[in-house]
Amino acid sequence: MDTAAEPAVHMSGIVKDFPGVRALDGAGLRLEPGEVHALLGENGAGKSTLIKVLTGVHRPDAGSIEVDGRPVSVNGPQDAERHGIATVYQEVNLCPNLSVAENVLLGREPRGRFGISPRRMNRRAAELAAGMGLDLDVTRALGEYPIAVQQLVAILRAVDLDARVLVLDEPTSSLDRDEVRILFDLVERLRSRGVAILFVTHFLDQVYELCRRMTVLRNGRPVGTFTTDELDQRGLVGLMLGEQAGELDRVEGRAHDGAPPPDAPPLLHARGLGRKGGVAPYDLDVAPGQIVGLAGLLGSGRTEAVRLLFGADRPDSGSVEVDGRLLSLRTPRAPIGAGLAYCSEDRKAEGLVADLSVADNLLLAMQAARGWMRPMPRKARAELVERYISALRIRTASPDTPVGALSGGNQQKVLLGRWLIMRPRLLILDEPTRGIDIGAKAEVQRLVAAEAEEGTAVLFVSSELEEVLRLSHRVVVLRDRRVVSTLDNDGGLDVDGVLAEIAEGGAR
Amino acid sequence: MTGLSTPPPPPPPTPLASAAARVRALVDGRRRFIPVAVSGLVLVLLFAVGSVRYTGFLEPQVMLNLLVNNSFLIVLAVGVTFVILAGGIDLSTGSVLALSAMICAWLLREGWPPLLVIPVALLAGAAIGFLQGCIIHFYGVQPFIATLGGMFFARGLCYLISTESIPITDPLFGALAQARVPLPGGTSLSLGAVVALAAAAAAAFVLHRTRFGRSVYAVGGSESSAMLMGLSVGRVKVGVYTVSGFCAALGGVLYTLYIASGNSLHGLGMELDAIAAVVIGGTLLTGGFGYVLGSVVGVLTLGTIQTILVFEGTLSSWWSRIVAGVLLLVFILLQRALAPRTVK
Repeated sequence: MDTAAEPAVHMSGIVKDFPGVRALDGAGLRLEPGEVHALLGENGAGKSTLIKVLTGVHRPDAGSIEVDGRPVSVNGPQDAERHGIATVYQEVNLCPNLSVAENVLLGREPRGRFGISPRRMNRRAAELAAGMGLDLDVTRALGEYPIAVQQLVAILRAVDLDARVLVLDEPTSSLDRDEVRILFDLVERLRSRGVAILFVTHFLDQVYELCRRMTVLRNGRPVGTFTTDELDQRGLVGLMLGEQAGELDRVEGRAHDGAPPPDAPPLLHARGLGRKGGVAPYDLDVAPGQIVGLAGLLGSGRTEAVRLLFGADRPDSGSVEVDGRLLSLRTPRAPIGAGLAYCSEDRKAEGLVADLSVADNLLLAMQAARGWMRPMPRKARAELVERYISALRIRTASPDTPVGALSGGNQQKVLLGRWLIMRPRLLILDEPTRGIDIGAKAEVQRLVAAEAEEGTAVLFVSSELEEVLRLSHRVVVLRDRRVVSTLDNDGGLDVDGVLAEIAEGGAR
Repeated sequence: MTGLSTPPPPPPPTPLASAAARVRALVDGRRRFIPVAVSGLVLVLLFAVGSVRYTGFLEPQVMLNLLVNNSFLIVLAVGVTFVILAGGIDLSTGSVLALSAMICAWLLREGWPPLLVIPVALLAGAAIGFLQGCIIHFYGVQPFIATLGGMFFARGLCYLISTESIPITDPLFGALAQARVPLPGGTSLSLGAVVALAAAAAAAFVLHRTRFGRSVYAVGGSESSAMLMGLSVGRVKVGVYTVSGFCAALGGVLYTLYIASGNSLHGLGMELDAIAAVVIGGTLLTGGFGYVLGSVVGVLTLGTIQTILVFEGTLSSWWSRIVAGVLLLVFILLQRALAPRTVK
């Protein structure tokens, strides 16, 4: 309490390396007492890592943390609590088998003559709850309450700690509107008591409602700290996405003339398709030869949306028809049988088998479709592999080279080739150009456009708006796990227009 | 604010609905007691069956003999309860029991004073438990594997001490074994049974009235949450295996009082009896839910089944295994049905 100018928390120059990636590179933030401060960035920008450094779950490799102006090193969550830093995580990190009172007071239970006194513990927890305006039976098991209440209990725990810094890591992502209201009331109460609150979320509306200042991260690096007055949602989204792929425009112009094909009957016809916690019900039509792009921030529900179509996740509402025939979406079997192909976002974990050869990887899906009882003749295999390696311009020493030895771009082309060999009628591509160089990107785009020319319908998911615009006939914009708009890309659409939709479309 | 946590308003009071509501109100908030209540009910039911079929089944001394004859298993089950509550498993308890009995018999034969022998045996059991806990926590080894290793290790040490049975002739041990605590009505309990009950009471106190005990439940409920709530997960995990090892050794000391010898073949498969008793006593195998009282009830249930078979006289003793197996499956299915829905 010496000077008001002392920040509650000041992190600077934080570096954190994980095997193979640098998650944080010079990140930091400055948190004043009595403010609600937003920490923003796309998924993978390093928000969670930064929080875990603050709460002692991760040790930083470099950088400093000051609490109330004094440099500290935080060695674990217990230590963080000692420094007055409490955290409420996205997945409620409490014990559902214990009572509400125990969850609030675990580790600090009031003791009587015979050890812990349940009576005093329940009374204390009930007082705390009442003080925060919550009406709870604290003797009940936490697991009997809905998630929203569990979140509030987690905050109660922080209140009992007399925390001076409260970190809220995506606390609202599983709450409905009224529950969010209650949570915000509680946050406001704490703020007015001088608690510094760090609010991490991807709901931008909530940021502008609750916060005065915000810190933006991108790829583990700090972009800057802004007040909500000086930066609007549009500008914010631009900062979060960054100036990506500007160079690509110079490599190649539009991949097609922008005219959607004449109104053919849709090949794919999805209605009300959704999954709780994944993506809100949406409609989608894709015609043969049409490329439909899915745009939105990372974590906006793009991947979830296409996984539902393919039966990779089980939808809990809606239906999908291909050529007017209803598909069973319990497993990907029926969609594959109907000619759908899904090229996963995570090519290492879900796509390629790194130790198998290029040829084997190319033929994997084809062989799977034929069944292991009917191996392909050696000669037919060789011809097919030869043809696709040259058509896709896969740069490999030989068809027998292990795929793991190829560059990222060539690996991606192998994965694409695997599905093209199947001659799919609808090709779903999830981030096909992530992490590959500009030249390879242009080639993948060329291949996609060529495939569509031949009548294949394509669903194209990408974080790079320029890419989506260059390729797609129509653009579906997602935001906060909802489809907010569908735009025809007839030449009048530009990056700014889509950005505006991502930032504000469908709001309220 | 209100309405968030209060249950939905009760339906209009038709007779059936109001009865249902009363049942629901009774169960509501007491879900965690259901398994242990069912265990108690099964025990009462077994007693009812026994008393109807056989005269003399409900004699007080017959009931007390359940405690006397199963004292070591009660102590074992109490230790295993800690481990299972914390979400682990301990397969070594039968072997540690044998090792402790072996150490007692061997050291007494070597002429050590009995009052030194017992602490040494207890310490050895606790040390094995502590080591297993360390292996499980610090090296992230599956508890099943680590304690399977402990099981072989302790059993092997028994054979190292002696492959023969070692009789116990020490007068103090003899006196302790014969000691009876008189109870009203001309009945009595052995010292072993009293120790077992005391151990169960102590365990209940530790589990419900100390931070260590509550942390055991927290770790069993969600280990990562317990860690993020600032609890010392390592201390809890190492602690529960140490407690279990200590209890197994205590069980071994009681076993030597009961059997008056040390033998490498003591307690073969007893670790599984202990686990079965804990589960039949309503403790969730995945951790976090259960009570020591339930484990005691579980042991008594297994014991009662055996008593019934003794009274029956003609049935093969394997029937006790079959009944125990069926009960075990029933309880596991019951737990499945009562398990809180996983929150997605």
